[in-house]
Amino acid sequence: MSTKETIEFRKQVVEEVLEVYPEKAKKNRRQHIAVKDSECASCAVKSNAKTVPGIMTARGCAYAGAKGVVWGPVKDVVHISHGPVGCGYYSWGNRRNLADGEIGVDNFVPFLFTSDFQESDIIYGGDKKLEKIIDEVVGLFPNAKGVSVLSECPVGLIGDDIESVARRMSEKIELPVIPVRCEGFRGISQSLGHHIANDAIRDHLLGKGPAREIGPYDIGIIGDYNIGGDAWASKKILEEMGLKVVNIWTGDSTLEMLQNGHLVKLNLIHCFRSMNYIAKHMEETYGTPWIEFNFFGPTKIKESILKIAAQFDDYIMEKALKVIEKYAAPMQKVIDTYRPRLEGKSVMLYVGGLRPRHIVGAYEDLGMEVIGTGYEFAHNEDYEKTIPALKEGTLIYDDVTALELEEFVKKLKPDLVGSGIKEKYVFEKMGLPFRQMHSWDYSGPYHGYEGFPIFARDMDMAINSPTWKSIKAPWTK
Amino acid sequence: MRQIAIYGKGGIGKSTTTQNTVVALAEMGRKITIVGCDPKADSTRLIMHTKAQATVMDLARERGTVEDLELDEVLMQGFLGVKCAESGGPEPGVGCAGRGVITAINFLEENGAYTEDTDYVFYDVLGDVVCGGFAMPIRENKAKEIYIVASGEMMAMYAANNISRGILKYATTGTVRLGGLICNSRQTDKELELMEALAKKINTQLIHFIPRDNEVQRAELRKMTVIEYNRTHKQADEYRTLAKKIEDNKMMTIPTPISMEELEELLMEYGIMEM
Repeated sequence: MSTKETIEFRKQVVEEVLEVYPEKAKKNRRQHIAVKDSECASCAVKSNAKTVPGIMTARGCAYAGAKGVVWGPVKDVVHISHGPVGCGYYSWGNRRNLADGEIGVDNFVPFLFTSDFQESDIIYGGDKKLEKIIDEVVGLFPNAKGVSVLSECPVGLIGDDIESVARRMSEKIELPVIPVRCEGFRGISQSLGHHIANDAIRDHLLGKGPAREIGPYDIGIIGDYNIGGDAWASKKILEEMGLKVVNIWTGDSTLEMLQNGHLVKLNLIHCFRSMNYIAKHMEETYGTPWIEFNFFGPTKIKESILKIAAQFDDYIMEKALKVIEKYAAPMQKVIDTYRPRLEGKSVMLYVGGLRPRHIVGAYEDLGMEVIGTGYEFAHNEDYEKTIPALKEGTLIYDDVTALELEEFVKKLKPDLVGSGIKEKYVFEKMGLPFRQMHSWDYSGPYHGYEGFPIFARDMDMAINSPTWKSIKAPWTK
Repeated sequence: MRQIAIYGKGGIGKSTTTQNTVVALAEMGRKITIVGCDPKADSTRLIMHTKAQATVMDLARERGTVEDLELDEVLMQGFLGVKCAESGGPEPGVGCAGRGVITAINFLEENGAYTEDTDYVFYDVLGDVVCGGFAMPIRENKAKEIYIVASGEMMAMYAANNISRGILKYATTGTVRLGGLICNSRQTDKELELMEALAKKINTQLIHFIPRDNEVQRAELRKMTVIEYNRTHKQADEYRTLAKKIEDNKMMTIPTPISMEELEELLMEYGIMEM
């Protein structure tokens, strides 16, 4: 098919798939889906809007964004899921944020703390219970550097005053206690939860720590949650460049890093969607500059290294060039190994708020093509950044429904689908290679020079697994 | 068994009227249960002669969960064998009192508080219907009959009209009906006429006009109903009359609440508000 034919075909596919909806839903959903064409007139997809009731969405809630994404990885803080047990339990340990440290001593990431609301806590309010829990927490874990209180829905409904509990208890235990009003019913996706979590850091921690001297090469990584060790892989490159990573938000991070986030020469923002708010705030309030970077795949890594080094002096640039040179051969070896096995293979992605664009380059390094991509909770500016990274004919879908994604995949026939746990088994049962692109499917890291060989191996393993040849039952052959 | 809910503006005298009327019904030999649906838990003190009985929610809090309670710990017998329960709940400004009412009523039902020989269950409900919890007594399969206590004061009438709006909602989806307004007199101008006019406007009746009498307060100070405190007093007869009227009441209607403007017009018509 020529590009023009491909565009026409995919536009046709969109119309066919939307056909099942009632008129109003169809009209709504059509605004969220586009095919990139030469004029790109129809590329602007609607985003960050309320999900159509009745469809199956993969979106989470504000609590998921605040606890699961932003706060959860902060390792020396005890995070209390405040409310009934389910929200805490089902967000426990499934995001794979790795953290160094002694578990239960100065690393509480693998733990779940919940106030486990009972009927009587709803009726009489949970403030007293919260006080007691905070008291117990500091008794049991004397090295905890602070406590975050992540509000679940009922806490907002009954009007508990967690702010005053936090104030009181903070004075009593002489540690920061941070109330986070991330009730799940707020907003239309987890995106608002990120914003609320950013605001809580701004209001309760930033600039309130023990100040320190800023070294000439001090930098921070913002919005890397260290999934499968990603932040460590990124840090390695930056340090080889001669930079000093003093803060990571929030993968493997400490409370002090959140307090001192602005005390750097430059902040590098990885996940723009979840932490642009605080990066902008640090720039406006403290004059700390920030830039975006992308450490997926050698092409993007090289671009980003040069972009970052350009913010510093010749010394850093010189080292940066050496880093690029040092890894050129090993990366070429990875490409030589896997590219012949993956060349021309197509991928459809559906992830959260960053990877649907950020990871495109890594696939292209392997000779693969992204033919469809979309976000769960991105905003307009994310799509604006996405379109230029895509080839003509790429199908773009926002808050894609279970039905749409399944139908799009059936019709576009990609060689690989990259999405989350909710999608994984749907496509694997269809006999399609699949990789979880939220959690790296229990693998990783995928960032940096360290991550690319693992990424390449995992994609090869999924696509070229002999399993797929055996998937048809003998009697249906 | 008839299940009756009493609503009305806060402080209008719902609990006093309910208990005095219930005792009059008990005098007629009826078996009655009162369920107080107010965190203040003052719906049964004139019958139990105590400041406040142990409430369902307070005991549940003590024990951990409502499942750990026994019915006889929270359902007490008072004057003339009237059975009393209080939902209880938080002090003002914290938690969710409405959820407390829901939990308590479900507990009483599930644990067989309403035995077969019960003639009446009275729900005495807090002030306005502020949230779903306080509408619990008029939801499906609970109270089917409602009386609103009001007076000739504007805000009491405003509340009565508002409550009938809540009843309308549940009347259209269920079987709940308005049985009438009870005027607990505040001796305002043309009170009787005004209440009768309001009743007519919202498609119900003024079932009884209870005159103001200090004997009620004297009895209350001794934690008693008028019938118990001074059974031959004329005010005792007022409650007996109301009890008889409720027993014989056949006029169950779907209310037709009026707008604020109509309510104001009504007040002007009776010369309470100046043009």
